[in-house]
Amino acid sequence: MAEMGLDTYIAEENLPYEFCPGCSHGKVLGAVSDSLKQQGLDPTEVVIVTDIGCVGLSDKYFVTHAFHGLHGRAITYASGIKMQNPDLKVVVLIGDGGCGIGGHHLLNAARSNTDVTVLVFNNFNFGMTGGQHSATTPLDSITPTTSFGSTDAPMDIAGTAKVNGGGFVARATAFDKNLPEMINKAMNHDGFALIDIWELCTAYYVVRNDFGRKEMMNYMDSMNMESGLLQETDRSSFQTNYKNVQEQASKQKPMGGLILETKFSSNLDKPIRIVLAGAAGQKVVSAGNLLASAATLSGLWTSRRADFPITIQTGFSVAEVVISPEPVLYSGVIKPDVAALVAPEGRDKIARLTKAMDKTGLIYFSEGLGNVDSKAKQLPLLFPESAQKEVRKNISALTAGYLTQELRLFPFEALQEAVRLIQKPKIAEINLGVLAHFKS
Amino acid sequence: MNSERREMVDGAAAIARGALDVGCNFFAGYPITPASGILTHMLRELPKIGGTGIQGEDEISSIGHCIGAATAGATAFTASSGPGLSLYSENIGLAIMMEVPLVITISQRLGPSTGAATAAAQGDIQFMRWCNSGGYPVIVLSPTNIPESYHLTKRAFKLAKRFRNPVFIATDKETVMTTESVAVSEMTETPDWPEVPDEPVGELLDPYRVNGKIHHYTGSSHTEEGHITKDPSIIADLNERLRQKIESRVDELSLIKSDLEDGAETLILSYGISARSMEAAVNQLRAKGEKVSALTVYSLWPIPEKKILEYLKDVKRIIIPEMNHGQYRQEIERLTNGTIELVGVNRVDTFLITPEEIVEAYHG
Ligand SMILES: Cc1ncc(C[n+]2csc(CCOP(=O)(O)OP(=O)(O)O)c2C)c(N)n1
Ligand code: SF4
Ligand SMILES: [Mg+2]
Repeated sequence: MAEMGLDTYIAEENLPYEFCPGCSHGKVLGAVSDSLKQQGLDPTEVVIVTDIGCVGLSDKYFVTHAFHGLHGRAITYASGIKMQNPDLKVVVLIGDGGCGIGGHHLLNAARSNTDVTVLVFNNFNFGMTGGQHSATTPLDSITPTTSFGSTDAPMDIAGTAKVNGGGFVARATAFDKNLPEMINKAMNHDGFALIDIWELCTAYYVVRNDFGRKEMMNYMDSMNMESGLLQETDRSSFQTNYKNVQEQASKQKPMGGLILETKFSSNLDKPIRIVLAGAAGQKVVSAGNLLASAATLSGLWTSRRADFPITIQTGFSVAEVVISPEPVLYSGVIKPDVAALVAPEGRDKIARLTKAMDKTGLIYFSEGLGNVDSKAKQLPLLFPESAQKEVRKNISALTAGYLTQELRLFPFEALQEAVRLIQKPKIAEINLGVLAHFKS
Repeated sequence: MNSERREMVDGAAAIARGALDVGCNFFAGYPITPASGILTHMLRELPKIGGTGIQGEDEISSIGHCIGAATAGATAFTASSGPGLSLYSENIGLAIMMEVPLVITISQRLGPSTGAATAAAQGDIQFMRWCNSGGYPVIVLSPTNIPESYHLTKRAFKLAKRFRNPVFIATDKETVMTTESVAVSEMTETPDWPEVPDEPVGELLDPYRVNGKIHHYTGSSHTEEGHITKDPSIIADLNERLRQKIESRVDELSLIKSDLEDGAETLILSYGISARSMEAAVNQLRAKGEKVSALTVYSLWPIPEKKILEYLKDVKRIIIPEMNHGQYRQEIERLTNGTIELVGVNRVDTFLITPEEIVEAYHG
């Protein structure tokens, strides 16, 4: 393969590196170039995504495609690129700083096993901003931001990737002779691959903590953070999984709209604002939909708002329906014309609205909910005698039926047609049964 | 009675359909009321057509995926609300600097921080414009209803491609989450707005691809090759170009609906959901014989200054209803510079502005 590749993937016209003398970053870039050479890759097949920091200066040293984004977010761009074009080989170069600020991207990329290769330039501090402590700074280290020694447990970057399902995880140092081969393996792994590469920041961490190559190796031993391959699994990658999703989804029809043709007529000559107020589980919003759809089938214009607590299965459930002979411009309801109260939760929730109603307003209430503070006329919801056994389970559909019968905004048949057109067959059957009580 | 076909639809579905119909093939987002409907639609629909729709671990990763995917050729889209915009903001600057086409819907909810998650608002109008460091221009379009949500979404994608810049759709809880009956014809027929030219300002983004041209895209001030530079004149030219590519084309971007009445001394100016209350108020006033004009601004940013000023020639007073503390009024104040009386109608109490409040403001 090697003969296809370039001799080097480093843009030599941009050399020398602007890293400090002895900085390990250049060494690792050399290993990346050697790996690309060994793999014989075409430069257009590769996207190098660099994070921020001294490591982030690396994009301009490559003759491949490159992307240089924000601090800590390199992995998010890399997975986006790979999702869009799986033919590209996407390699992230990121510092220990980037792995700190963007730690959840790292662990989530490992979880999804997205097919990108992450090379961590782990030099135990923020090189670019002056040697401040990072997520991997060893305990007791002296840095400009830990004058008396750092006290936080250092993050194990490779370990984090490993326990979160990363397909290929290794630890290495910038001095490893076999680093290019390790990078080859990582890049050829189908899934998330990460190499936590330990290295030296000669400008800061090394001088302040007397931490040379030998000390680094000793530290590795003392932490039991061995070098080498830590995990290699054949868990399928995000890309493979998503292909499956696409394949299954491709068998489904694209989203359609609910189109209603005018089949009935109405004499309504001005907008009417109706509020249905009940409790979770009473299907209040669905009753609102029925009224709005029946009105639409009758040539009227409608808007339907739903209001319920974020914890959707508790508390109130309110539907506000505006029905109008003209298209609805203002869809708000601050003074309803009609309110229907079917549960105490809803009654209390809309107390402000019912209070705002005037003499011309109508409040329909189910048993025990009358007598609210309002000037509106208050009337009980008098469901047909035969429907009494439905009240507990189907009060909202009954209320829709009752309002349709009493208010005469549109024909009763429009409501039944709405049930047939917008509800699932099973539910429609139940509701048509409920509405049949009004026929006699 | 009018016997046309009507559709029951909400803004979330209209926006998703607009995006899909104009060729969007990549969406990444994070759930938040009142924008989650768009996320759900996009994640369900995109894989059906071979596109990619994913939920990121947060808004930062979501927009990051979009930007990355766009450099690889995706037509990318994300949607959130104010809290998500806060998390997007650093990456919006990146998209501007990299010149990546990106469409972002912000479905506004009320107040600072978590605020009122289920109440409509228009409080992020300035935030969308100024959320990037450096203050570089973005394009912001604001629909007033469901059909416009559909058509402006399509337009947003065309503008994003042409300008290689983030384009916002500024909408709100009410428009996105309220189901309304709309005429099918209004959804299918594009309003008579000037076409967005096909040709790009500069060059179209050439995506990373195997055997393609090598590209370096970067968020740092860069040379034409995409390499970081400290050269003051290159940096100045780049920044000036990023500003001018939008600001020198304000006329092309201006989109306003005018409803003028001869001899009217009062003009009402509004946008988004509040423009519908304005229209209702104008109907009420005219029914009583009042002379009043109205402007609906669709292209909030860049501000269509010249067009607005043209409409203000004989106007003595402007009423500006908006669901915030006067964010667009402040811009009109700058434009008119004390020459015209300005009256704000503002609401931040979870309720929409009513037509009656606007009528009241008209009568002083
Ligand atoms: C959001 C954000 N916060 C802070 C910075 C400033 N900053 C630049 S580089 C850096 C640290 C980089 O450290 P590391 O990732 O370890 O890279 P190194 O310089 O050591 O190679 C920081 C904090 C930034 N660019 N962006
Ligand atoms: S500051 Fe540290 S990381 Fe940055 S170039 Fe110098 S030695 Fe390398
Ligand atoms: Mg570092």
